[in-house]
Amino acid sequence: MRARKLIALGFAVGSLLGIGLYARRGKASERLDLYFADGSLVSLHSDSPEAAPLLVHARDALRAAAT
Amino acid sequence: MTEPHAALAELTEISTQIEAAVLFDADGKVVAATIPEARAAQVATSAKALLEQAGQIGGHGELTQLEASTAEGSLFVVRDGSTMIAASTSAEPTAGLVFYDLKSALRAAAKPAAKPKAKAAAKPKPKRTTPPKRNASS
Repeated sequence: MRARKLIALGFAVGSLLGIGLYARRGKASERLDLYFADGSLVSLHSDSPEAAPLLVHARDALRAAAT
Repeated sequence: MTEPHAALAELTEISTQIEAAVLFDADGKVVAATIPEARAAQVATSAKALLEQAGQIGGHGELTQLEASTAEGSLFVVRDGSTMIAASTSAEPTAGLVFYDLKSALRAAAKPAAKPKAKAAAKPKPKRTTPPKRNASS
């Protein structure tokens, strides 16, 4: 009986961990790659303060393109 | 069909990754689009604002192209002089191919209108698909 409870608890913890990692992965994939005329590339991830207002414009454009 | 419209028609014919594309000028005025005009204007406004604001980052000079990857998909914006093109794709596209196709479309749109040729129906161009992803473990 105790072993079953432990297995169930293990599954529950594993599922929560998996969901958390998946959500984190999805969020981390949001980024901006900027290519400049001098050949330099600046990559901004969604957690950077510079990227947040820019990603708002990108989402607006994508929504308009899709609907 | 005008050159910009023909360029966008060819772009969507060649690239399977591009879902929608809007060609616009420095004022944000839509020149040609693969989507209805009202939506195209919204895309142009947002893409222009994105390009302008992103161009102020760092001391790297002029921003020529960008890719914004979001959970909803990716937005590409490419500038060639005073003409810009914005395109949407599904998530995780092959960025190099999309940029190449967008630059080709910009160049084609800038060309002066060609004289119609007395030629038989052209062969349909084959669609290019995304190359298969290689297994990293092998």
